[in-house]
Amino acid sequence: MAEEFLRIDKLVKTFGGNAVVKGVDLSFQRGEFVTLLGPSGCGKTTILRMIAGFERPTSGTISVEGKDITSLAPNQRKIGMVFQAYALFPNMNVGDNIAFGLKIASMPREQREARVEEMLKLIGLAGYGKRFPFELSGGQQQRVALARALAPSPKMLLLDEPLSALDAKIRVSLREQIREIQRELGITTVFVTHDQEEALSISDRIVVLNAGNIEQVGQPFEIYNKPTTRFVATFVGTLNTLNATVADAGAKTVRIGETTATIPALPTSAKAGETVALTMRPEAVALANGVDRDIMLEGKVAEVAFLGSVIRLKVDLGGNLVSVDTFNDQRTPPPAHGTSVRVGIAASDVLVLSA
Amino acid sequence: MTHVSLTADKATGPVNTGPAVSIWRSIPIGAWLGVLPFIAFALMFLIVPTLFLVSSAFVDRAGNFTLQNIIDLGTEQVVNAFSISIRISAASAFFGALIGLAMALAIIRGRLPSAIRSTVMTFSGVASNFAGLPLAFAFIATLGRLGLVTVILKTVFGFDLYKSGFNLLSFVGLTLTYLYFQIPLMILIIAPAIDGLKKEWSEAASTLGASRLQFWLYIGLPVLWPNLLGTLSLLFANAFGAIATAYALTGSSLNIVPILLYAQIRGDVLHNPGLGAALALGMIAITAIANVLYIVVRTRAERWLK
Ligand SMILES: Nc1ncnc2c1ncn2[C@@H]1O[C@H](COP(=O)(O)OP(=O)(O)OP(=O)(O)O)[C@@H](O)[C@H]1O
Ligand SMILES: [Mg+2]
Repeated sequence: MAEEFLRIDKLVKTFGGNAVVKGVDLSFQRGEFVTLLGPSGCGKTTILRMIAGFERPTSGTISVEGKDITSLAPNQRKIGMVFQAYALFPNMNVGDNIAFGLKIASMPREQREARVEEMLKLIGLAGYGKRFPFELSGGQQQRVALARALAPSPKMLLLDEPLSALDAKIRVSLREQIREIQRELGITTVFVTHDQEEALSISDRIVVLNAGNIEQVGQPFEIYNKPTTRFVATFVGTLNTLNATVADAGAKTVRIGETTATIPALPTSAKAGETVALTMRPEAVALANGVDRDIMLEGKVAEVAFLGSVIRLKVDLGGNLVSVDTFNDQRTPPPAHGTSVRVGIAASDVLVLSA
Repeated sequence: MTHVSLTADKATGPVNTGPAVSIWRSIPIGAWLGVLPFIAFALMFLIVPTLFLVSSAFVDRAGNFTLQNIIDLGTEQVVNAFSISIRISAASAFFGALIGLAMALAIIRGRLPSAIRSTVMTFSGVASNFAGLPLAFAFIATLGRLGLVTVILKTVFGFDLYKSGFNLLSFVGLTLTYLYFQIPLMILIIAPAIDGLKKEWSEAASTLGASRLQFWLYIGLPVLWPNLLGTLSLLFANAFGAIATAYALTGSSLNIVPILLYAQIRGDVLHNPGLGAALALGMIAITAIANVLYIVVRTRAERWLK
């Protein structure tokens, strides 16, 4: 049904004998918004720069619509790119910046001017055409950079941490705007970030990278709820870890302190007496006032952080500090520091990572 | 210092917060002491002599006010001297800027090993200050009538440089000699501007379809342009004032302003201190114009590059 647009096969990049990208295979659908997510130095930018043509892969191929573009010059690729530091041409005003790609493509002046107006409207900066980059805020500059990249109607859009130089409020509003524009134009987009919240909030799919390798590829919902590796589980979102001892692997039972619990995710390969790490998201743990969950545990409130709509408690469960999220309720103040509480965990929300 | 800060402490009290005290608070005495030597030097060797010069340009030998010295600037010899000086300075500035720019681009933007860059920069630092007598003799020793290169060309290649029309003690010769410090100076001044060209600009241009040539045409050179123009005026001023090299090289055989000026104050037949002062005034005016141009254009460039 969906058609493949960009394909990366066995991509390897080494810098002076130092492997930075170690055999990456990826396939992107037309119109898809894919985020490369990973810690600093994992090779995100290097992959993006190979797609753009600024770096030549050591081995492997990149193809667009079935055509191998691995050794095509960057100015032949028809790919739009947005950089972290805006990179607007300082000697041109906003209109000329946006028109640059059109001018290079020899579009007639009238058409060019109409296209610039259209792009300015798209990014919500109509009337800013005559301003110079140094007269704009960071967020405005980045929107102009987006318009400049999109004006020549590229086949694909690449963004390398386009929001990380901006302050928090603008970061959120601009990422929503980028996503909206991307949907409107239906342009295949590769977005690079090391911010997991950003990745989860705007992507169709996320590629989690670690040290030059792909850890997991999936929709935000899958990546967050069904991480397949320990790295993904800990890198994306907050993760609670609770140490338990395997009681009976066949019956999938473990002992947490005095409590015995059945954990469906316990691998059958586990041995009785072995220590395993049970992990779960903060929202999978509930304060047990009235609720009845599979696993009920006693603990003491160690920390209370009021975050607005959510209250995040840290509860000490026999030496394991576990984060618990509850929604704010105007009538019920959160439990005070040091009070004893009961928490409940749904056994089906628990993942088991080999320790 | 102690005394000053005590005064300042008292001034923070609710009673006296008058402006006189707040000036004391805002002036860092130590910093002023630090620049005092500079101010003293500027006063002794720049401002006072300039004032002296200006006043003596309007005084005749008997000590009376006159405009004759200024009028004498219009004589053929003086006009010629200014004209050839300006042409040599302009030529050496232009070619120095052109060659220096090409070299700076090659060592900074070209994919050369970084050792080349630091070597060239260090050499430029030395060479841009290599002027005056040593430079003149170095050139006479290589390109003079009996210079090393001249002799090698003649004996090994059978090419007589001087018979072909070349003369070190000429417009071309002097321009060539000036290039020896103009090119390194250009490299030193333009290097930071080239470093200021962000890699992302050329990458963004290439994703938008531009070739390397188009990048330089539409972005690289326009961004460097104010800097180039400014540096050109600085190089011009630099050459215009370089008397020592010119005099050591050509003696009085080439009629350029610095040498004509020297003749007025040296005390031979031509001796006329009033005209000398007027000549100097003319040089100051031209150098000042070039420097003001440099500063104005530079300020514009910095607005862009911030
Ligand atoms: N031109 C280069 N020469 C040598 N090493 C390089 C070069 N470019 C990148 N590297 C190295 O490759 C590794 C990956 O770099 P890359 O820029 O792709 O990381 P990244 O995932 O984008 O990180 P960040 O989040 O910090 O931007 C780093 O260790 C970096 O030092
Ligand atoms: Mg990066």
